[in-house]
Amino acid sequence: MVATNAYVPHAAGYVDNDGPKIVTSRFLHEDSYTLVRALATGGYDGLKDALRRSPAEVAGEVKNAVLLGRGGAGFPAGIKWGFMPPVWPRYLVVNGDESEPGTYKDRLLMERDPHQLIEGCVITCYALGLNQCFLYVRGEMALAQERIAQALNDAYAAGYVGKNILGTDVSIDVVLHWGAGAYIVGEETALIESLEGNPGRPRLKPPFFPAAKGLYLKPTIVNNVETLANLPWLMVNGADKFRSYGSEKSPGTRMLAISGHVNRPGVYEVEQGVVTFRDLFYGEQFCQGIRDGNALKAFVPGGGSAPWFFEDQLDLPIEASEVGSQGSMLGSGAIMVMDETTDIVKACLRLVRFYARESCGKCTPCREGTAWEEKVLQRISDGHGRPEDLDLLLEIGQSISPGDYPVASFISEDLDPVPFPPKQTTICPLGPSSVAPITSAVRRFRSEFEALIPKSELISATAPTVGPDAVEQLEVSK
Amino acid sequence: MTATESTEAATGVPFFLNGKSLTANKGELLIDACERNGVHIPRFCYHERMTPVGMCRMCLVEVDTGRGPALQPSCMLPVTPEMKVQTENEVTQRAQSGVLELFLINHPLDCPVCDKGGECPLQDNAYSYGPGESRFVEEKRHYEKPIPISDLVNLDRERCILCDRCTRFSKEVAGDPLIHFMGRGSETQVNTFPDHPFSSYFSGNTVQICPVGALTASPYRFKARPWDLTATESTAVIDGTGARIALQSSQDELVRVLGVDSEAINWGWLSDKERFGYESANSSSRLTEPLVKTGSGQTSDIGFAPIRWNNALARTAAALGANPERVGVIGGARLSVEAQYAWSKLLSKVALISNVDADLGDGIPADLALGLPRASIAETVAPGSVVVLMAGDPKEELPTLFLRLRHAAVEDGVSIVEITPRRTSLTKHAALSLHPRPGALGSVTEAMANGSFSGTVGGVEGSDLQAAAELLGSDRPVTVILGRANLAESSDFLRDAVQSILTIAPNAKFLPALRRGNLMGAFEMGLAPGFGMGGVPTEGGCSTEQILRAVVGGQIETLLLLGADPLSDFPDRALAAQAFDQVTNLIALDTFLSSSSTLADIVLPAAGFGEVDGSFLNIEGRLSPIQAKVTSKGQSRDDWLIAVGVAASLGADLGFSTLEELRIDLSANVASFSQVDWINLGRGDDGPLLDSTRDWSPEFGERKAVPAVDGYGLALVVDHKLWDLGTLVQNSATLAGLPEKAGLALSRSDFEKLATEEGERVTIETERASANLVVTIDDSCPRGTAHIPFRLPGFDVGELISVSSPVTTIRVAR
Repeated sequence: MVATNAYVPHAAGYVDNDGPKIVTSRFLHEDSYTLVRALATGGYDGLKDALRRSPAEVAGEVKNAVLLGRGGAGFPAGIKWGFMPPVWPRYLVVNGDESEPGTYKDRLLMERDPHQLIEGCVITCYALGLNQCFLYVRGEMALAQERIAQALNDAYAAGYVGKNILGTDVSIDVVLHWGAGAYIVGEETALIESLEGNPGRPRLKPPFFPAAKGLYLKPTIVNNVETLANLPWLMVNGADKFRSYGSEKSPGTRMLAISGHVNRPGVYEVEQGVVTFRDLFYGEQFCQGIRDGNALKAFVPGGGSAPWFFEDQLDLPIEASEVGSQGSMLGSGAIMVMDETTDIVKACLRLVRFYARESCGKCTPCREGTAWEEKVLQRISDGHGRPEDLDLLLEIGQSISPGDYPVASFISEDLDPVPFPPKQTTICPLGPSSVAPITSAVRRFRSEFEALIPKSELISATAPTVGPDAVEQLEVSK
Repeated sequence: MTATESTEAATGVPFFLNGKSLTANKGELLIDACERNGVHIPRFCYHERMTPVGMCRMCLVEVDTGRGPALQPSCMLPVTPEMKVQTENEVTQRAQSGVLELFLINHPLDCPVCDKGGECPLQDNAYSYGPGESRFVEEKRHYEKPIPISDLVNLDRERCILCDRCTRFSKEVAGDPLIHFMGRGSETQVNTFPDHPFSSYFSGNTVQICPVGALTASPYRFKARPWDLTATESTAVIDGTGARIALQSSQDELVRVLGVDSEAINWGWLSDKERFGYESANSSSRLTEPLVKTGSGQTSDIGFAPIRWNNALARTAAALGANPERVGVIGGARLSVEAQYAWSKLLSKVALISNVDADLGDGIPADLALGLPRASIAETVAPGSVVVLMAGDPKEELPTLFLRLRHAAVEDGVSIVEITPRRTSLTKHAALSLHPRPGALGSVTEAMANGSFSGTVGGVEGSDLQAAAELLGSDRPVTVILGRANLAESSDFLRDAVQSILTIAPNAKFLPALRRGNLMGAFEMGLAPGFGMGGVPTEGGCSTEQILRAVVGGQIETLLLLGADPLSDFPDRALAAQAFDQVTNLIALDTFLSSSSTLADIVLPAAGFGEVDGSFLNIEGRLSPIQAKVTSKGQSRDDWLIAVGVAASLGADLGFSTLEELRIDLSANVASFSQVDWINLGRGDDGPLLDSTRDWSPEFGERKAVPAVDGYGLALVVDHKLWDLGTLVQNSATLAGLPEKAGLALSRSDFEKLATEEGERVTIETERASANLVVTIDDSCPRGTAHIPFRLPGFDVGELISVSSPVTTIRVAR
């Protein structure tokens, strides 16, 4: 650790650990977001290194590093960069619309080290020969927006962004854009729509793959904040050093945002494929165990859209392909832990309601299906479920995400896991995401749902229909 | 081009549909390729004439492009070689039935009272592909219903399945983005913004393409059930475009008009005037029996008494036959080609009357319409061509043509060069927009032809003239849309402009922008001064203006109106009024009592729209059928039968007594019609494009002097609005209230000299008349011009116009 003048032991979500630090090295400084601090701790050295090399060399370095996208899909950034057809103008769009339930790592990156991100943007633009970058920051993240705006102003003034960067003939503009607050805008094509000034609704891929037809229908690279935050370190330390961390398939580190029933939730930077979920939940330098010494009931390994894991998956290394083959996804690195006291039906309802409320309404299965799922779950939760409702929930899921939905295995059932990703009848993965909590919860905890379904014929006779009136009636008759 | 690509271009793209090996055209969407091969894929959002969006997910099919089978929306997927498609397997069926179940969970099952019931794609698809029963037991979405989103269209939001058809149409096709998606998720709804009603001229199309009963049109709402309707294909006769339509009736009453997708003309779209104008045919004000004037002859004492047809015909014959030189005939554009032929034959061969004009001085001279090289609509909008617009705003005058032009400019790289007195609806899509001062059209185009690009000419910058000249002189095909952009400006300037444009672009073709129904047919049939049947030049004959002057001068004492209303439509109100005051015999053939026919001595009731068989010649010279769908009202008769009756009363035989005989006679006597296959006319195609080449060309003569600019006045620009006080609009119950009130529109700078607030009243004055009008700012008016639309309620701008002045200048004061 570099000596700091103002040490912040544990604040605003970030938790330090002994592992290597690629993107969070500056996080413990109180003034980590300032240009002064950035420059005192090697800020923009990566850019200087990059500018000394040819763009192709820089892009090659990133490709060699096998830097996987940190937004959720985990596609190698270096390969993504190679997809653009020779059409100009082209754009870089940075996806800072972090809104996956449970995820708050990019927020810290933007609030605590905006210069690292800006440096990453400029390096990317240089590597790809772009001179226009749009930094799209989620509408609700006011502090991140303020700090990026200040950092951009400082970086422009200091010559790290703008015309003739550091005296070279490279000119790159970075534009900060604030979202209006919609989960779906985290999806890259919806983000592009929103950036163009339209309602954030996803475009259909194909034909609207951003690398070919993105912003203003021009080739566009959309990268996650954390992905680009890796670049300054990568430029200074090289691809070999980068690959020496983490596993072969997933080199480097990942920021994991842990929330829920652990003793020390927070954002941790961990080596990929080295640390297991058990290490993370129970390790002394990580979460230090489940709260109150309770037993683990379930956990979501990669954001609200990920199918759930259980005790059986605790020894899985935290690495995208391992998690994917076991029936879920590492996604955006948001891990939500549920202990034995959790009301599974409410947890499931809460997640499904999120997707129902955030559905953009563009395509039918998601618009109607998620809302229906929420209604049925709400009804079950209120005690007005019918025995057939559980199968109905799974059937609605089939209309949104047909075929075998990804699920984790569990020993008691002796079933193979269904690997990620799910199939979809929708335009984007939002609809199928709503199926994840239902499939996971209903399969594993069916009895908890059934316990809420009235057994007595008398009650089901008094509530043959549902809706507000029926609820009232029921309450009166009680 | 690689070897595979060249094979694809030659033979198409091979693919497998349900195991069968088939070929698709290159670039063809899967949904179209399947349809063409007899496999229908259900859809809601997909519409052939709009960009696919892949939103409804109804057209999902299982597709394997080599990477394993996956569900794909067939409306967004071009067929690729060796693609394997399953439209009927279990996966596809489950997906389609799942989507339908989701559509239906919130859709009210009010089919028995829904206008769409019986012809509803959602209903049909639910029967064919749906799950049969709903498992949805929660409460459905509720909205206030219906909400009128314009005077013509109602919206039932709970029926809406959010397919994006109406919203896409208004944004993409009509360019009137007035209905939008609002909210998100299951709360998404289609709606208009407060105080921004869906007042598009094309709003009715959204009703036609709505796949459910969410959008309904006021005139048809709760009028009929689809299974009670019978239909026939016909042609819209409201303007010169001649859009193809389907006429539907129930119990011998027209109840609905739908657009028919004609590749050559309207692509399935209609303006609301073409769609809802049928209401006038059902109007109770229709003339149903021949009338004769009673009373003293004083205006205050005019009355009519019914007479028998043979009396009416005899009196008409007597009036026409007495002294041919002293008879003038105005009108004929409302008539079918067959009726125009019958009347033309009667007038020229039997009654020997040569003062005949179907144009009311508000179109373009017959020789320009007939004699200039003609472009078809398809040629005009062909990708990469140049269109010169020298006509009134197409959106107001020829709205379906406007849609084609807009599409051409927005999608197909057609460059529009506008040379109009004020900005039009196409200005924002135009490559160049030139606005010569009224009276300067000739000099501006002359400067373009001469290459004098210094300074400004007639209010147009030299650089714009140069740019326009370069575009016109390029090797791209040039079409001139030629019409009357300003009724307060002499059409002679148009003649000079045509002459100049032909110097710059000698191969330019022309598309006459004739607003008045079948005017092209009337010209072709010889209802024009100086022309006989088939566009053959003849000697003599007076134009409408000359006829009116001759009435005033006493040389003509009998006027026959063939469905025309010169008293309202002739631009110079004073001249028309004086003529009608002085005429001795006035005979009107009409469907309504117009302000002109109200003054007639004899009124002959004609069968109207939807009541006659015949044909229509549109502005490009395409002949398409008009079909009768209902019985004509009362004793009203086909126009051509009336001509036969008048001839009989004159002791002559026109040589035909049935429509078939008439057509044989017509084909025998008019060369351009000799090849017409009357029996199969318009069956399975868009109708033939008739030969319009002539062995003569229009004469241009002396160029007209540019009128001096009156520095104290404003040059008047008078043009048409779609909704006006015309007979058709005013006799259609739902359209009658749509015309806006007449007002004076000025450029911002002229406005600021006169008034401080929009809506203030100002006094306008010419030598003829003065008036008090509300003034507004209109950025489409260049400085120095004043715009007042023709035939709007509140003020008759015809009172200001004098046909003898080349331009009309008004003085405006507070």
